[in-house]
Amino acid sequence: MKRLLPFSATAVLLAVWFLAARRQTSGLFPNPLQVLSGLGELLRHGLLAKYVIASLFRVTWGYLLAVVTAIPLGLLLGWYRRGGQALNPLLQLLRPISPLAWIPISILWFGVGDVAAIFLIFLASFLPLVVAAMNAVGNVPTTLLRAGRNFGLSNPRLLRNVILPAALPQLIVALRISLGVAWLVVVAAEMIAVNSGLGFLIVDARNAGNRYDLVVAGMVMIGLIGLVLDAGIRQLEKMKALRWGYGS
Amino acid sequence: MGVRVVTPAKVSIRDLSMRFPTDRSTIEVLSSVSLEVKDGELVCILGPSGCGKSTLLNVVGGFLKPTTGEVLIDGQAVTGPDPRRIFVFQERGVFPWLTVEGNVGFGLFRLGAAERAERIAHYVKLVGLSGFESVYPQELSGGMKQRLEVARALAVNPDVLFLDEPFGALDSITRLVMRSELLRIRRAEKKTILFVTHDIDESVQLADRVVVMSTRPATIRRIVEIDIPHPRDLSSPRYIALRDILFEEIGLAHKI
Repeated sequence: MKRLLPFSATAVLLAVWFLAARRQTSGLFPNPLQVLSGLGELLRHGLLAKYVIASLFRVTWGYLLAVVTAIPLGLLLGWYRRGGQALNPLLQLLRPISPLAWIPISILWFGVGDVAAIFLIFLASFLPLVVAAMNAVGNVPTTLLRAGRNFGLSNPRLLRNVILPAALPQLIVALRISLGVAWLVVVAAEMIAVNSGLGFLIVDARNAGNRYDLVVAGMVMIGLIGLVLDAGIRQLEKMKALRWGYGS
Repeated sequence: MGVRVVTPAKVSIRDLSMRFPTDRSTIEVLSSVSLEVKDGELVCILGPSGCGKSTLLNVVGGFLKPTTGEVLIDGQAVTGPDPRRIFVFQERGVFPWLTVEGNVGFGLFRLGAAERAERIAHYVKLVGLSGFESVYPQELSGGMKQRLEVARALAVNPDVLFLDEPFGALDSITRLVMRSELLRIRRAEKKTILFVTHDIDESVQLADRVVVMSTRPATIRRIVEIDIPHPRDLSSPRYIALRDILFEEIGLAHKI
Protein backbone atom coordinates (compact mmCIF):
# COMPACT_ATOMS: atom_id res chain seq x y z
CA MET A 1 0.00 0.00 0.00
CA LYS A 2 2.73 2.46 1.02
CA ARG A 3 4.66 1.68 -2.13
CA LEU A 4 1.65 2.46 -4.27
CA LEU A 5 1.02 5.84 -2.65
CA PRO A 6 3.59 7.87 -4.63
CA PHE A 7 2.47 6.20 -7.86
CA SER A 8 -1.18 6.93 -7.28
CA ALA A 9 -0.39 10.56 -6.40
CA THR A 10 1.53 10.91 -9.67
CA ALA A 11 -1.32 9.24 -11.58
CA VAL A 12 -3.85 11.67 -10.10
CA LEU A 13 -1.62 14.63 -10.99
CA LEU A 14 -1.24 13.38 -14.58
CA ALA A 15 -5.00 12.96 -14.88
CA VAL A 16 -5.67 16.46 -13.55
CA TRP A 17 -3.01 17.84 -15.90
CA PHE A 18 -4.57 15.98 -18.84
CA LEU A 19 -8.09 17.27 -18.10
CA ALA A 20 -6.90 20.81 -17.39
CA ALA A 21 -4.98 20.90 -20.67
CA ARG A 22 -8.14 19.89 -22.56
CA ARG A 23 -10.16 22.73 -21.05
CA GLN A 24 -7.71 25.51 -21.98
CA THR A 25 -8.62 27.91 -24.78
CA SER A 26 -5.19 28.91 -26.11
CA GLY A 27 -4.11 25.34 -26.90
CA LEU A 28 -0.50 26.27 -26.12
CA PHE A 29 -0.18 24.26 -22.94
CA PRO A 30 0.67 20.62 -23.76
CA ASN A 31 -1.00 17.59 -22.19
CA PRO A 32 1.11 14.67 -20.87
CA LEU A 33 0.78 12.69 -24.09
CA GLN A 34 2.02 15.59 -26.19
CA VAL A 35 5.01 15.94 -23.83
CA LEU A 36 5.73 12.25 -24.23
CA SER A 37 5.64 12.51 -28.02
CA GLY A 38 7.84 15.63 -27.75
CA LEU A 39 10.38 13.56 -25.84
CA GLY A 40 10.14 10.93 -28.58
CA GLU A 41 10.75 13.56 -31.24
CA LEU A 42 13.85 14.85 -29.40
CA LEU A 43 15.08 11.32 -29.00
CA ARG A 44 14.68 10.56 -32.72
CA HIS A 45 16.60 13.65 -33.75
CA GLY A 46 19.41 12.78 -31.35
CA LEU A 47 18.87 16.10 -29.59
CA LEU A 48 17.89 14.62 -26.24
CA ALA A 49 21.12 12.68 -25.79
CA LYS A 50 23.16 15.60 -27.10
CA TYR A 51 21.60 18.12 -24.74
CA VAL A 52 21.68 15.85 -21.70
CA ILE A 53 25.35 15.10 -22.30
CA ALA A 54 26.12 18.81 -22.79
CA SER A 55 24.44 19.71 -19.48
CA LEU A 56 26.04 16.85 -17.57
CA PHE A 57 29.44 17.73 -19.03
CA ARG A 58 29.22 21.28 -17.68
CA VAL A 59 27.92 20.21 -14.29
CA THR A 60 30.59 17.55 -13.94
CA TRP A 61 33.45 19.96 -14.63
CA GLY A 62 32.11 22.90 -12.65
CA TYR A 63 31.15 20.73 -9.70
CA LEU A 64 34.34 18.65 -9.63
CA LEU A 65 36.53 21.75 -9.83
CA ALA A 66 34.59 23.19 -6.91
CA VAL A 67 34.85 19.99 -4.86
CA VAL A 68 38.59 19.54 -5.29
CA THR A 69 39.34 23.18 -4.46
CA ALA A 70 36.65 24.07 -1.91
CA ILE A 71 37.04 21.10 0.42
CA PRO A 72 40.80 21.35 0.99
CA LEU A 73 40.48 25.13 1.31
CA GLY A 74 37.57 24.84 3.74
CA LEU A 75 39.39 22.23 5.84
CA LEU A 76 42.49 24.42 6.01
CA LEU A 77 40.48 27.53 6.88
CA GLY A 78 38.65 25.58 9.55
CA TRP A 79 41.90 24.26 10.95
CA TYR A 80 43.93 27.47 10.84
CA ARG A 81 41.34 29.60 12.55
CA ARG A 82 43.09 32.89 11.71
CA GLY A 83 42.79 32.21 8.00
CA GLY A 84 39.14 31.41 8.50
CA GLN A 85 38.56 34.58 10.48
CA ALA A 86 40.31 36.65 7.83
CA LEU A 87 38.28 35.24 4.94
CA ASN A 88 34.96 34.72 6.65
CA PRO A 89 33.50 38.24 6.10
CA LEU A 90 34.33 38.03 2.40
CA LEU A 91 32.73 34.57 2.12
CA GLN A 92 29.64 35.76 3.95
CA LEU A 93 29.38 38.75 1.59
CA LEU A 94 29.71 36.64 -1.54
CA ARG A 95 27.40 33.88 -0.41
CA PRO A 96 24.05 35.69 -0.68
CA ILE A 97 24.86 36.76 -4.26
CA SER A 98 22.96 34.40 -6.53
CA PRO A 99 25.27 32.59 -8.96
CA LEU A 100 22.96 33.89 -11.70
CA ALA A 101 24.01 37.44 -10.91
CA TRP A 102 27.45 36.43 -12.15
CA ILE A 103 26.16 35.59 -15.65
CA PRO A 104 27.11 38.94 -17.25
CA ILE A 105 30.56 38.88 -15.69
CA SER A 106 31.21 35.30 -16.63
CA ILE A 107 30.25 36.08 -20.26
CA LEU A 108 32.51 39.13 -20.12
CA TRP A 109 35.42 37.03 -18.90
CA PHE A 110 34.91 33.82 -20.80
CA GLY A 111 32.63 34.70 -23.70
CA VAL A 112 29.53 32.71 -24.65
CA GLY A 113 30.39 29.03 -24.30
CA ASP A 114 31.09 26.11 -22.04
CA VAL A 115 33.67 27.86 -19.88
CA ALA A 116 31.23 30.58 -18.86
CA ALA A 117 28.66 27.98 -17.82
CA ILE A 118 31.26 25.88 -16.00
CA PHE A 119 32.46 28.95 -14.16
CA LEU A 120 28.92 29.69 -12.95
CA ILE A 121 28.44 26.14 -11.72
CA PHE A 122 31.83 26.27 -10.03
CA LEU A 123 30.85 29.47 -8.20
CA ALA A 124 27.50 28.06 -7.17
CA SER A 125 29.06 24.96 -5.56
CA PHE A 126 32.33 26.46 -4.35
CA LEU A 127 31.14 28.92 -1.73
CA PRO A 128 28.69 26.66 0.12
CA LEU A 129 31.27 23.85 0.10
CA VAL A 130 34.01 26.06 1.57
CA VAL A 131 31.70 27.24 4.34
CA ALA A 132 30.44 23.72 5.05
CA ALA A 133 33.98 22.30 5.23
CA MET A 134 35.04 25.12 7.57
CA ASN A 135 32.13 24.45 9.89
CA ALA A 136 32.64 20.71 9.74
CA VAL A 137 36.20 21.11 11.04
CA GLY A 138 34.91 23.28 13.87
CA ASN A 139 32.51 20.48 14.84
CA VAL A 140 35.15 17.76 15.13
CA PRO A 141 35.07 16.66 18.80
CA THR A 142 38.07 17.74 20.89
CA THR A 143 38.42 14.18 22.17
CA LEU A 144 39.15 12.85 18.68
CA LEU A 145 41.63 15.65 17.93
CA ARG A 146 43.44 15.01 21.19
CA ALA A 147 43.48 11.27 20.54
CA GLY A 148 45.01 11.93 17.11
CA ARG A 149 47.63 14.28 18.54
CA ASN A 150 48.41 11.84 21.32
CA PHE A 151 49.56 9.25 18.80
CA GLY A 152 52.06 11.73 17.44
CA LEU A 153 50.35 12.65 14.16
CA SER A 154 51.87 15.52 12.22
CA ASN A 155 49.50 18.28 11.11
CA PRO A 156 49.04 16.98 7.54
CA ARG A 157 48.42 13.47 8.85
CA LEU A 158 46.00 14.76 11.47
CA LEU A 159 44.12 16.60 8.74
CA ARG A 160 43.92 13.51 6.54
CA ASN A 161 43.44 10.78 9.16
CA VAL A 162 41.28 12.50 11.77
CA ILE A 163 39.79 15.80 10.65
CA LEU A 164 38.74 14.74 7.15
CA PRO A 165 37.08 11.45 8.18
CA ALA A 166 35.47 13.11 11.20
CA ALA A 167 34.08 15.88 8.99
CA LEU A 168 33.07 13.58 6.14
CA PRO A 169 29.44 12.89 7.13
CA GLN A 170 28.79 16.63 7.26
CA LEU A 171 30.71 17.14 4.03
CA ILE A 172 28.61 14.56 2.23
CA VAL A 173 25.45 16.46 3.17
CA ALA A 174 27.02 19.63 1.79
CA LEU A 175 28.10 17.78 -1.37
CA ARG A 176 24.56 16.61 -1.88
CA ILE A 177 23.06 20.07 -1.44
CA SER A 178 25.63 21.73 -3.68
CA LEU A 179 25.17 19.16 -6.44
CA GLY A 180 21.48 20.04 -6.36
CA VAL A 181 22.35 23.73 -6.63
CA ALA A 182 24.82 23.02 -9.46
CA TRP A 183 22.08 21.26 -11.39
CA LEU A 184 19.73 24.21 -10.85
CA VAL A 185 22.37 26.64 -12.03
CA VAL A 186 23.39 24.77 -15.17
CA VAL A 187 19.87 25.09 -16.55
CA ALA A 188 19.83 28.83 -15.89
CA ALA A 189 23.33 29.30 -17.28
CA GLU A 190 22.41 27.44 -20.48
CA MET A 191 19.45 29.72 -21.06
CA ILE A 192 21.84 32.62 -21.54
CA ALA A 193 25.46 31.64 -21.93
CA VAL A 194 25.48 28.72 -24.40
CA ASN A 195 23.69 27.16 -27.37
CA SER A 196 23.16 23.63 -26.17
CA GLY A 197 21.98 21.74 -23.12
CA LEU A 198 18.62 21.27 -21.44
CA GLY A 199 18.38 24.91 -20.38
CA PHE A 200 18.99 26.01 -23.96
CA LEU A 201 16.38 23.49 -25.14
CA ILE A 202 13.72 25.13 -22.97
CA VAL A 203 14.40 28.67 -24.14
CA ASP A 204 14.91 27.59 -27.73
CA ALA A 205 11.70 25.55 -27.88
CA ARG A 206 9.71 28.52 -26.66
CA ASN A 207 11.41 31.06 -28.93
CA ALA A 208 11.26 28.86 -32.01
CA GLY A 209 7.52 28.55 -32.37
CA ASN A 210 6.04 28.17 -28.91
CA ARG A 211 6.82 24.45 -28.72
CA TYR A 212 5.63 24.10 -25.14
CA ASP A 213 5.55 20.32 -25.47
CA LEU A 214 9.34 20.45 -25.83
CA VAL A 215 9.61 23.00 -23.00
CA VAL A 216 7.86 20.64 -20.62
CA ALA A 217 9.78 17.66 -22.02
CA GLY A 218 12.99 19.52 -21.13
CA MET A 219 11.64 20.20 -17.63
CA VAL A 220 10.77 16.55 -17.13
CA MET A 221 14.28 15.50 -18.16
CA ILE A 222 15.82 18.03 -15.76
CA GLY A 223 13.71 16.64 -12.95
CA LEU A 224 14.56 13.03 -13.74
CA ILE A 225 18.30 13.64 -14.00
CA GLY A 226 18.29 15.68 -10.79
CA LEU A 227 16.58 12.78 -9.08
CA VAL A 228 19.20 10.32 -10.35
CA LEU A 229 22.09 12.57 -9.27
CA ASP A 230 20.67 12.94 -5.78
CA ALA A 231 20.00 9.21 -5.45
CA GLY A 232 23.58 8.55 -6.54
CA ILE A 233 25.14 10.82 -3.94
CA ARG A 234 22.82 9.47 -1.25
CA GLN A 235 24.41 6.07 -1.73
CA LEU A 236 27.52 7.54 -0.12
CA GLU A 237 25.64 8.11 3.12
CA LYS A 238 25.02 4.40 3.37
CA MET A 239 28.72 3.53 3.52
CA LYS A 240 29.64 1.79 6.76
CA ALA A 241 32.54 4.11 7.53
CA LEU A 242 30.13 7.06 7.30
CA ARG A 243 26.92 5.78 8.82
CA TRP A 244 27.98 6.75 12.35
CA GLY A 245 27.55 10.39 11.36
CA TYR A 246 23.84 10.16 10.54
CA GLY A 247 22.29 9.01 13.80
CA SER A 248 21.43 5.37 14.22
CA MET B 1 80.58 6.16 51.06
CA GLY B 2 77.69 4.05 49.96
CA VAL B 3 75.45 5.27 47.18
CA ARG B 4 71.84 5.46 48.18
CA VAL B 5 69.60 3.83 45.59
CA VAL B 6 66.56 5.97 44.95
CA THR B 7 63.86 4.93 42.52
CA PRO B 8 63.39 8.05 40.47
CA ALA B 9 59.79 9.13 40.01
CA LYS B 10 58.28 8.19 36.65
CA VAL B 11 55.90 11.13 36.77
CA SER B 12 56.51 14.09 38.95
CA ILE B 13 54.01 16.86 39.27
CA ARG B 14 55.54 19.99 40.78
CA ASP B 15 53.54 22.75 42.36
CA LEU B 16 50.96 22.78 39.60
CA SER B 17 48.35 25.53 39.49
CA MET B 18 45.73 26.23 36.87
CA ARG B 19 43.55 29.27 36.49
CA PHE B 20 41.05 29.87 33.71
CA PRO B 21 40.11 33.47 32.93
CA THR B 22 36.37 34.08 32.61
CA ASP B 23 34.42 37.22 31.68
CA ARG B 24 34.55 38.80 35.11
CA SER B 25 37.17 36.97 37.11
CA THR B 26 39.46 33.96 36.98
CA ILE B 27 38.51 30.50 38.17
CA GLU B 28 41.19 28.63 40.03
CA VAL B 29 40.92 24.95 39.16
CA LEU B 30 44.15 23.51 40.54
CA SER B 31 46.10 24.96 43.41
CA SER B 32 49.73 23.95 43.97
CA VAL B 33 49.37 20.22 43.37
CA SER B 34 52.53 18.15 43.84
CA LEU B 35 52.69 14.39 43.36
CA GLU B 36 55.25 11.74 42.54
CA VAL B 37 54.24 8.53 40.78
CA LYS B 38 56.66 5.61 40.72
CA ASP B 39 57.37 3.51 37.67
CA GLY B 40 54.75 0.78 37.30
CA GLU B 41 52.50 2.26 39.93
CA LEU B 42 48.72 2.53 39.58
CA VAL B 43 47.57 5.75 41.19
CA CYS B 44 43.92 6.71 41.40
CA ILE B 45 43.07 10.39 41.58
CA LEU B 46 39.81 10.51 43.48
CA GLY B 47 37.64 13.56 43.87
CA PRO B 48 34.12 14.93 43.55
CA SER B 49 32.77 15.71 40.09
CA GLY B 50 34.03 19.00 38.68
CA CYS B 51 36.86 19.34 41.18
CA GLY B 52 39.55 19.67 38.54
CA LYS B 53 41.00 16.17 38.59
CA SER B 54 40.33 15.79 34.90
CA THR B 55 42.10 19.10 34.27
CA LEU B 56 45.04 17.76 36.25
CA LEU B 57 45.19 14.67 34.05
CA ASN B 58 44.96 16.78 30.89
CA VAL B 59 47.90 18.88 32.07
CA VAL B 60 49.96 15.78 32.85
CA GLY B 61 48.97 14.38 29.44
CA GLY B 62 50.27 17.52 27.74
CA PHE B 63 46.92 18.74 26.38
CA LEU B 64 46.73 21.80 28.64
CA LYS B 65 49.47 24.14 29.78
CA PRO B 66 49.50 24.85 33.50
CA THR B 67 49.43 28.43 34.75
CA THR B 68 52.35 27.71 37.03
CA GLY B 69 54.36 24.64 37.92
CA GLU B 70 55.54 21.81 35.75
CA VAL B 71 55.22 18.11 35.05
CA LEU B 72 58.27 15.93 34.55
CA ILE B 73 58.13 12.46 33.06
CA ASP B 74 61.38 10.51 33.23
CA GLY B 75 62.96 13.77 34.33
CA GLN B 76 61.87 15.65 31.21
CA ALA B 77 59.37 18.49 31.20
CA VAL B 78 56.09 17.71 29.45
CA THR B 79 55.46 20.18 26.64
CA GLY B 80 52.75 18.38 24.69
CA PRO B 81 51.09 15.03 24.07
CA ASP B 82 53.47 12.17 23.33
CA PRO B 83 52.87 8.65 22.00
CA ARG B 84 54.92 7.25 24.89
CA ARG B 85 52.02 8.06 27.16
CA ILE B 86 48.49 7.57 25.96
CA PHE B 87 45.28 9.11 27.21
CA VAL B 88 42.11 7.02 27.41
CA PHE B 89 38.96 9.13 27.37
CA GLN B 90 35.70 8.57 29.19
CA GLU B 91 33.79 7.77 26.02
CA ARG B 92 33.71 8.63 22.34
CA GLY B 93 37.46 8.38 22.21
CA VAL B 94 37.52 5.69 19.53
CA PHE B 95 37.41 6.75 15.88
CA PRO B 96 33.91 5.89 14.66
CA TRP B 97 34.97 5.69 10.99
CA LEU B 98 37.51 2.95 11.64
CA THR B 99 36.86 -0.71 12.38
CA VAL B 100 38.18 -2.39 15.52
CA GLU B 101 41.32 -3.31 13.58
CA GLY B 102 41.67 0.18 12.17
CA ASN B 103 41.39 1.73 15.61
CA VAL B 104 43.90 -0.59 17.24
CA GLY B 105 46.31 0.01 14.37
CA PHE B 106 45.79 3.78 14.34
CA GLY B 107 49.00 4.68 16.16
CA LEU B 108 51.11 2.09 14.35
CA PHE B 109 51.64 4.03 11.11
CA ARG B 110 55.41 3.99 11.60
CA LEU B 111 55.56 0.17 11.51
CA GLY B 112 55.71 -2.19 8.56
CA ALA B 113 52.57 -4.05 7.51
CA ALA B 114 53.58 -7.39 9.02
CA GLU B 115 54.51 -6.05 12.44
CA ARG B 116 51.45 -3.86 12.41
CA ALA B 117 49.13 -6.79 11.73
CA GLU B 118 50.83 -8.84 14.42
CA ARG B 119 50.44 -6.12 17.04
CA ILE B 120 46.82 -5.52 16.10
CA ALA B 121 46.03 -9.22 16.44
CA HIS B 122 47.82 -9.40 19.79
CA TYR B 123 46.01 -6.47 21.38
CA VAL B 124 42.61 -7.29 19.92
CA LYS B 125 43.00 -10.67 21.63
CA LEU B 126 44.36 -9.21 24.86
CA VAL B 127 41.26 -7.08 25.41
CA GLY B 128 38.92 -9.86 24.36
CA LEU B 129 37.68 -8.46 21.05
CA SER B 130 38.66 -11.41 18.85
CA GLY B 131 36.05 -11.99 16.18
CA PHE B 132 35.13 -8.29 16.08
CA GLU B 133 38.10 -7.13 13.99
CA SER B 134 36.08 -5.71 11.13
CA VAL B 135 33.21 -4.33 13.19
CA TYR B 136 32.64 -0.58 13.51
CA PRO B 137 32.46 0.99 17.00
CA GLN B 138 28.81 1.94 16.45
CA GLU B 139 27.96 -1.76 16.61
CA LEU B 140 29.89 -2.37 19.86
CA SER B 141 28.58 -2.07 23.41
CA GLY B 142 29.93 0.62 25.73
CA GLY B 143 32.23 -1.82 27.50
CA MET B 144 33.60 -3.12 24.21
CA LYS B 145 34.31 0.42 23.05
CA GLN B 146 36.36 1.04 26.19
CA ARG B 147 38.24 -2.23 25.65
CA LEU B 148 38.93 -1.07 22.12
CA GLU B 149 40.28 2.26 23.31
CA VAL B 150 42.53 0.53 25.83
CA ALA B 151 43.79 -1.81 23.08
CA ARG B 152 44.50 1.15 20.80
CA ALA B 153 46.47 2.76 23.63
CA LEU B 154 48.46 -0.37 24.50
CA ALA B 155 49.28 -1.16 20.86
CA VAL B 156 51.80 1.70 20.66
CA ASN B 157 53.50 0.30 23.76
CA PRO B 158 53.39 3.44 25.90
CA ASP B 159 54.96 3.43 29.34
CA VAL B 160 52.29 5.58 30.93
CA LEU B 161 48.52 5.38 30.59
CA PHE B 162 46.19 8.19 31.61
CA LEU B 163 42.67 7.00 32.18
CA ASP B 164 40.04 9.71 32.62
CA GLU B 165 37.01 8.05 34.24
CA PRO B 166 37.22 5.37 31.55
CA PHE B 167 34.38 3.30 32.97
CA GLY B 168 32.21 6.22 34.09
CA ALA B 169 29.60 5.76 31.38
CA LEU B 170 29.20 1.98 31.81
CA ASP B 171 26.59 0.12 33.82
CA SER B 172 27.69 -1.13 37.23
CA ILE B 173 28.15 -4.78 36.25
CA THR B 174 30.21 -3.97 33.16
CA ARG B 175 32.23 -1.56 35.28
CA LEU B 176 33.19 -4.34 37.70
CA VAL B 177 34.17 -6.62 34.83
CA MET B 178 36.23 -3.86 33.24
CA ARG B 179 38.11 -3.21 36.47
CA SER B 180 39.23 -6.80 36.78
CA GLU B 181 40.08 -6.75 33.07
CA LEU B 182 42.25 -3.70 33.62
CA LEU B 183 44.06 -5.45 36.46
CA ARG B 184 44.53 -8.53 34.29
CA ILE B 185 45.93 -6.42 31.43
CA ARG B 186 48.16 -4.60 33.90
CA ARG B 187 49.68 -7.91 34.96
CA ALA B 188 50.41 -8.70 31.30
CA GLU B 189 51.76 -5.25 30.43
CA LYS B 190 53.51 -3.40 33.18
CA LYS B 191 52.53 0.24 32.81
CA THR B 192 52.46 3.29 35.01
CA ILE B 193 48.81 4.23 35.29
CA LEU B 194 47.13 7.44 36.41
CA PHE B 195 43.46 6.77 36.81
CA VAL B 196 40.97 9.56 37.46
CA THR B 197 37.71 8.55 39.11
CA HIS B 198 34.97 9.84 41.35
CA ASP B 199 34.09 6.30 42.44
CA ILE B 200 35.49 5.43 45.87
CA ASP B 201 35.06 1.67 45.44
CA GLU B 202 36.76 1.79 42.08
CA SER B 203 39.80 3.47 43.58
CA VAL B 204 40.10 0.94 46.43
CA GLN B 205 39.73 -1.96 44.01
CA LEU B 206 42.36 -0.74 41.55
CA ALA B 207 44.92 1.55 43.09
CA ASP B 208 48.27 1.11 44.76
CA ARG B 209 47.71 4.59 46.14
CA VAL B 210 44.64 6.82 46.14
CA VAL B 211 45.15 10.56 45.89
CA VAL B 212 42.13 12.31 47.40
CA MET B 213 41.42 15.73 45.91
CA SER B 214 39.45 18.54 47.51
CA THR B 215 36.65 20.45 45.83
CA ARG B 216 37.65 23.30 43.54
CA PRO B 217 40.31 24.63 43.53
CA ALA B 218 41.66 21.11 43.72
CA THR B 219 44.42 20.44 46.18
CA ILE B 220 45.61 17.07 47.45
CA ARG B 221 43.84 16.37 50.73
CA ARG B 222 45.45 13.08 51.49
CA ILE B 223 47.20 10.14 49.89
CA VAL B 224 46.02 6.72 51.03
CA GLU B 225 48.07 3.62 50.36
CA ILE B 226 45.95 0.59 49.48
CA ASP B 227 47.94 -2.21 51.08
CA ILE B 228 45.74 -5.12 50.04
CA PRO B 229 47.27 -7.72 47.73
CA HIS B 230 45.50 -8.65 44.49
CA PRO B 231 43.03 -10.26 43.98
CA ARG B 232 41.32 -8.03 46.45
CA ASP B 233 38.53 -9.34 48.64
CA LEU B 234 35.81 -6.71 48.54
CA SER B 235 34.36 -7.86 51.85
CA SER B 236 37.59 -8.05 53.82
CA PRO B 237 37.83 -5.83 56.91
CA ARG B 238 40.85 -4.02 55.46
CA TYR B 239 38.98 -3.20 52.24
CA ILE B 240 36.07 -1.82 54.21
CA ALA B 241 38.35 0.11 56.54
CA LEU B 242 40.19 1.77 53.64
CA ARG B 243 36.94 2.55 51.92
CA ASP B 244 35.64 4.16 55.08
CA ILE B 245 38.74 6.31 55.35
CA LEU B 246 38.17 7.55 51.81
CA PHE B 247 34.46 8.13 52.41
CA GLU B 248 35.33 10.26 55.37
CA GLU B 249 38.06 12.09 53.52
CA ILE B 250 35.64 12.96 50.71
CA GLY B 251 33.19 14.08 53.36
CA LEU B 252 30.40 11.61 52.86
CA ALA B 253 28.24 9.88 55.41
CA HIS B 254 28.31 6.07 55.46
CA LYS B 255 24.58 5.66 55.54
CA ILE B 256 21.95 6.71 53.09
